[in-house]
Amino acid sequence: MAGARVIPLHDPERDAARRARHVEVVPEPEQQQSPAADWERRLADLLSFARRRIAGDYEVDEFGFDRDLTENVLMPPLKPLYEKWFRVETIGMSNVPAAGGALIVANHSGTLPLDALMTSYGIASEHPAQRHMRMLGADLVFRTPVLGALARKSGQTLACNPDAERLLSSGELVGVWPEGFKGIGKPFKDRYKLQRFGRGGFVAAALKTGTPIIPCSIVGAEEIYPMIGDIKALARLFGFPYFPVTPFFPLLGPLGAIPLPSKWYIEFGEPIRTDVFGDGAADDPMLVFNLTDQVRETIQQTLYRLLTQRRNVFLG
Amino acid sequence: MTPKVVLVTGVSRFLGGHLAARFAANPDVERVLGVDTEPPPRDLLRRMGRAEFVRADIRNPLISKVIATANVDTVVHASVTANPAGPTGRTAMKEMNVIGTMQLLAACQKSPKVRKLVVKSTSAVYGSSSRDPAVFTEDMSPKDLPSSGYAKDAVEVEGYVRGFGRRRPDVNVTTLRFTNFIGPRIDTVLTRYFALPVVPTVLGYDARVQLLHSEDALAVLERATLHDLPGVFNVGGDGVLLLSQAIRRAGRLNLPVPSAAVPTVGGFFRSARLVDFSPDQMRFLNWGRVVDTTLLKEDFGFTPRWTTQQAFDDYVSGRGLKPLIDPETVAAAERGILDAAARFR
Repeated sequence: MAGARVIPLHDPERDAARRARHVEVVPEPEQQQSPAADWERRLADLLSFARRRIAGDYEVDEFGFDRDLTENVLMPPLKPLYEKWFRVETIGMSNVPAAGGALIVANHSGTLPLDALMTSYGIASEHPAQRHMRMLGADLVFRTPVLGALARKSGQTLACNPDAERLLSSGELVGVWPEGFKGIGKPFKDRYKLQRFGRGGFVAAALKTGTPIIPCSIVGAEEIYPMIGDIKALARLFGFPYFPVTPFFPLLGPLGAIPLPSKWYIEFGEPIRTDVFGDGAADDPMLVFNLTDQVRETIQQTLYRLLTQRRNVFLG
Repeated sequence: MTPKVVLVTGVSRFLGGHLAARFAANPDVERVLGVDTEPPPRDLLRRMGRAEFVRADIRNPLISKVIATANVDTVVHASVTANPAGPTGRTAMKEMNVIGTMQLLAACQKSPKVRKLVVKSTSAVYGSSSRDPAVFTEDMSPKDLPSSGYAKDAVEVEGYVRGFGRRRPDVNVTTLRFTNFIGPRIDTVLTRYFALPVVPTVLGYDARVQLLHSEDALAVLERATLHDLPGVFNVGGDGVLLLSQAIRRAGRLNLPVPSAAVPTVGGFFRSARLVDFSPDQMRFLNWGRVVDTTLLKEDFGFTPRWTTQQAFDDYVSGRGLKPLIDPETVAAAERGILDAAARFR
């Protein structure tokens, strides 16, 4: 029996990991015995979270990402919106790598950036590695009090090449919405028509760091606030890029801020490799333009395909 | 090359004084000259040992004579400061920072013996705004050039230092861009700020703060002086604290003030002689600033011993800051609630 090996029936580390992942699916026998244990554990978690916050005992990365706060406070309220309201279905989650830098490029729509929130919640909850997507936002976001601080704490940073490259080269999953305000604030009649993709800065960042680009197509977000008008004067007054008029806003006031419950699909496409072009590829404008077009075309075609498969805006 | 005769400016302040003391304790350095407008406090003077104190104003051309007659070969310019001496000290501070640097550089340029110049600058030269990248590297320039205060002084000082470097290419110039200092012994605007029982912050903003332990700052300045390491380097501890987090770690209470009321509150704290914040430091409290220290670690060869968080904790414990909410009380409350819950079951 020289080759015999001891195979442990219970690998404590793996068991713990499995337990953590399937809390609801495989309830522990002791939990069945005492249903009180569950709320007690939750209370203990809550208290320990409160203690950490009071003592300032948590880590923040150089971009200001506060994982503790994001996972315990900012993410949970998105769950009902994601699961019950929009009933988001993700397709091709396996195209999102479990480790290492990658750039997710998606279409932007919906007047308010709920598509960004849903995509990041989807990856954090459904991806096996539960990765946090670090999004690149407009400087308007970071200039705004409260919102800017929240955006930084939830892992977002300013859309600029140094930040994008720093995140990608440190192995983070980065999300970018290159249409920007042109995409999110477009009128309802232009729905699912991709706008110009900026200047291709995101492609240059991916090329420089040799990280793959993952095209991401989001269907459903266009219908949450159908924008039928734009009051330019009010937008200028408040310093917004647009002031939306939807069938219910500002007519119904705050009630109009409730998004319509459209059915969503988020599809992650095949990664486009950027490490095959060699050094200095980021300085080749033609290559950058071509890649930008390729990403844009891929997303547009996927959008059309998803739209033809969709029978009803609200039922999917 | 170990320097023979070192001249340190700003020796009556923490960094300059302790730096002079370190050189005085180094047998390889033949002579240490400390320059400042006022004599150092007695305990600092005792520490400085054999270092000679020269009471001179670097704004005065007399400094040129000091450098020439003492055969100074290395000048450490550590007197550029963000801490005004008093309520009316801001104009004097600016003059000291900018005109003083000009005079000092002019004197260095005149003296053929000078071989090395080390300048204590600040990462405030990058400014602080919402349109800046999250992390600054040495080759970045600010989006909004600081228009006033210490940051503007530092930008001008660095400009003159670059000019000097062009005119005297034989001199090794090291410019060190420090983040904010913290530590149990050093006294800065920031250490006074965090010692306030109720710490005012700007409502809706939470700055990312990178700190450097004062001992690390001394070690970096010492290394720059004793070795030939020309260039511009960011110097800061690893890691980041959020302003709100730092306030909690110090056990203080956070008082968010709406942006519109910030100048009034700032004025109150200035007239009460508690903390004197300049407008550019106010902007720092809005957005904060983080610098990349890869060059420091790889080219300069120095890794700070304290991370931002450790340095801050050292400051809190070293100053004996008593938290308003005792962590023991919090832990006890947590235990109490859990016990009650267990009984309830």
